[in-house]
Amino acid sequence: MAPYFFYFLAFLAIFSALMVVFSKNPVYSVLFLVMTFFAIAGQYILLNAQFLAVVHIIVYAGAIMVLFLFVVMLLNLNKELEPHKSSLLKLAGVIASGILMLTLIGTFRGATEQVVGAGLSDGLTYNNQVGLVKNLGKVLFSDFLLPFELSSILFLSAMVGAVMLGKRDKEPIEL
Amino acid sequence: MDITILIYQAILVVFIFSVSLFVAMYSTYAERKVAAFMQDRIGPDRAGPFGILQPLADGVKMFMKEEFIPNPSDKFLFVVGPCVAMFTACISSAVIPWGDSLSINGHILSLQVADINIGILYVFGVVSMGVYGIMIGGWASNNKYSMIGAIRASSQLISYEISMGLALIPIVMMSGSISLKTIVEQQQGIHWNVFVQPLSFLIFLICAFAETNRTPFDLPECETELIGGFHTEYSSMKLGFYLFAEYINMFVSSAVMAALYFGGYNFPFIHSLGLSHNAVTLLGVGFFFAKIFAFIFFFMWVRWTIPRFRYDQLMKLGWKILIPLAILNILITGALMMIKAS
Repeated sequence: MAPYFFYFLAFLAIFSALMVVFSKNPVYSVLFLVMTFFAIAGQYILLNAQFLAVVHIIVYAGAIMVLFLFVVMLLNLNKELEPHKSSLLKLAGVIASGILMLTLIGTFRGATEQVVGAGLSDGLTYNNQVGLVKNLGKVLFSDFLLPFELSSILFLSAMVGAVMLGKRDKEPIEL
Repeated sequence: MDITILIYQAILVVFIFSVSLFVAMYSTYAERKVAAFMQDRIGPDRAGPFGILQPLADGVKMFMKEEFIPNPSDKFLFVVGPCVAMFTACISSAVIPWGDSLSINGHILSLQVADINIGILYVFGVVSMGVYGIMIGGWASNNKYSMIGAIRASSQLISYEISMGLALIPIVMMSGSISLKTIVEQQQGIHWNVFVQPLSFLIFLICAFAETNRTPFDLPECETELIGGFHTEYSSMKLGFYLFAEYINMFVSSAVMAALYFGGYNFPFIHSLGLSHNAVTLLGVGFFFAKIFAFIFFFMWVRWTIPRFRYDQLMKLGWKILIPLAILNILITGALMMIKAS
């Protein structure tokens, strides 16, 4: 049963990811991106990583994409108003995202070795208890404590930056 | 997983689904009666004795009205909007423990559809999806009032979701679990969380009002400024879906509050009555529903008592008062737990 679910979700994820790029209307793009996130959350559930799945939904689909939708709706983008991009820029975009994909693949391959090194898994069989919230919490606060704290500092500084940018100036700006 | 369990689960799902629809249906009637009582009127009394058939009449009216889709709207998303709102409202009740277990013919049957170990996070996930129904509907209508209503709704929901989540953390810290069933089981007798965490409950309650778009937080559909808010362009049963989803949300959030803070199906001295396990369970279910109805009445009571906030007051309350209070509550709970442990 599980392989069929996997193929279905994988198809859904790739299809909606492609639709994000090919949709004419940016609002549809955002909604297809939400669908992609749901398909990926489904994959997490297949791996018995319930916590990751639900946090993925809450954070990405529930908060970040709502803000995306917000901005897209307010800007009211359409085809006529959009500046035409030259093919050189498009080529640069393709190369840049290709390099990003290579980096990501390299990182994840490295991550597997790190997990094996930490003795959490032998890298071949999947420990289906590792995604449960109790085990995940233990791993995060013991083996991966430094990266975890570093990423929280990153978030904190991003938050401070956002507040600084959003802060109203003391002198009202003359319009 | 044998077939009887599956059949039982299916029956339970259908049963809970119909109960929540039924409760939502009669909440509309109760709301009008409560409003009438508060304003010294009689309320609906034409359909059946005491107007008891009023919800049916309303439903028939909704179905019979003209189905109208405005021409400049996005036709597909215009229909998707209310569907999403209704869908998210309906699926959130899956993790609520309605009662303890029943034992029939040696089978132990749990009165909870899914006891997943992320229980309360599931509710949050579904709640955060609810905003799409409103946003899609508001945008697809292609009407500026709908648009402003939708934007108000989404910023309100996002803001209050944060304090709602933060308010809940002390409860999770104390119980050491995010499964709703475990949290309810730990509140045996009268050890209800509301007595230990009154501040957390207060914040959660305020956020629940905001999340269900009820007065004093019903800015998204504020009639005096926005005609009907995000559902201005909707008619017939699509409008009915939006309105109905609000009542289902009210029912579910009442159930969540009753389970998290008021002991769910627990009530004092039940185990000293000497009843059988099944009788205790059924009594517990009854008591749980009594708590839920008390909360629903409270929702209505507030609606007809307190005027609506201004939008900047709403944002100020959410970001500048509730979030710091919730964080303070987490710190105090953590400190007390550390003192107690050492």
